Amino acid sequence: MANNKYLLFLGCAIPYRVVAYEISARKVLQKLGVELVEMPEFNCCGLPLDPVSHETMLILAARNLALAEQKGLDIITLCPGCGGTLKKVAKMLKEDKALCEEVNSHLKASGLEFKGTVEVKHIMQVLMEDVGLERLKDAVVKPLTMLKVAEHNGCHILRPKGFIAFEDPEDPKTLKTLIEATGATCLDYMDETECCGAPSVGVSDKVALQLARDKLNHIKMVDAEAMITICPSCHIMYDTNELRIEKMFNEAYGIPVLHYPQLLGLAIGIAPEELAFSELRVDTSRILKQVTESEK
Amino acid sequence: MAAKEPVKASEIDPKFKYEISKIHGGEKLMRCFQCGTCTSDCPVAKFSETYRPRQIIRMAQLGLKDRVLNSDTLWLCAACFTCTDRCPQDVEVASVIRVLRNLAAEKGVVPQVFKEQAASILESGYAYRIPELRIKKRESLGLPPLPKGNAESIRKSLEGVGFLKHMEKRSEQ
Repeated sequence: MANNKYLLFLGCAIPYRVVAYEISARKVLQKLGVELVEMPEFNCCGLPLDPVSHETMLILAARNLALAEQKGLDIITLCPGCGGTLKKVAKMLKEDKALCEEVNSHLKASGLEFKGTVEVKHIMQVLMEDVGLERLKDAVVKPLTMLKVAEHNGCHILRPKGFIAFEDPEDPKTLKTLIEATGATCLDYMDETECCGAPSVGVSDKVALQLARDKLNHIKMVDAEAMITICPSCHIMYDTNELRIEKMFNEAYGIPVLHYPQLLGLAIGIAPEELAFSELRVDTSRILKQVTESEK
Repeated sequence: MAAKEPVKASEIDPKFKYEISKIHGGEKLMRCFQCGTCTSDCPVAKFSETYRPRQIIRMAQLGLKDRVLNSDTLWLCAACFTCTDRCPQDVEVASVIRVLRNLAAEKGVVPQVFKEQAASILESGYAYRIPELRIKKRESLGLPPLPKGNAESIRKSLEGVGFLKHMEKRSEQ
């Protein structure tokens, strides 16, 4: 395995209200042999403040990169927002010497320095590049062939493509490939790469929830039994807010929204009780029943 | 919406586009030829009656500085970067909008949600105030303790940053 030890950058949304993602990701990574080291200290990646102060975002991101450098470990993130921001800032500072010096002049006050020596990867990237598709498939003991699901990517791990360079944002294949590795069918649907609306919550909830609703409509149309996400903010939009959207627009979805590691966990033989399904808002009992009954 | 009102010569600041072009992310503002790809592909514009990235870019090019910086719609962008990736002129639309928002923030226009997040980051490192109950619950869920934010060190790193100076000044008032 290319790299099997990472510093875990949890971000803010996950400890705030998306604990199932963390629990399932830790379980899955442990089972696949990826060791996680906790961050020595923490601050937000910076992304939430980019709209009001680009400079603040740069400094906050660079602080985290510098802390990881002190530990000598590459960073893994579960949140595409954190992953994308840290990747982008690392690239910006490496390519722009003047900017790097300016940011470092700020970090100096707290004894830190960005040198550009660590890499940042989102969990999808670690699963693809470090664990590898072959090993992932080998670990599958319970192929989820009974499930038809729809994927939803996170914008910031794909865009802007010039900075992230992870994969083609117009036709992303990684999450689809990772879903299919579990044996589940991943359905195509309209406007698959569109944003969930999360960043507009707080500015206009009404607009933001319409974005999420649009996606739930498309997914319902293709009869997906679950939606699979890899982002805590997208998950909040579809799972935490699903009931709210149903009420607001007089719709009925009942579509469970799983964190990808929960799906993968089921396939590699981790008990559902260990994958924090009870922390999800939308009822998952129907699909869990499908999975457990297929054993018999 | 203010954008639809006739343009008066007196409200045009011809230097505004050059000001934006000097800021990182705003360099390519003047390349925009108003094709409208950004607006037609914008997931927010689909559901908002007022948010139109093409219009924001045009207002910036025309120099309607006060109008664009005081516009509520400026804050609706979800920063998904679809417009940036699809712009045939490579304008980095989402970044131009970020530059405009930053300029608005410098003038004191900051939606509440950002003020709260900034205050929380300075206090705890986290953008949200994580309830004590959730921190305790981690233990019962078998999770390691959350890494702590070093507020003093964060503050030191952010010393001299214009936006935070504004924030502090305002909270003192």
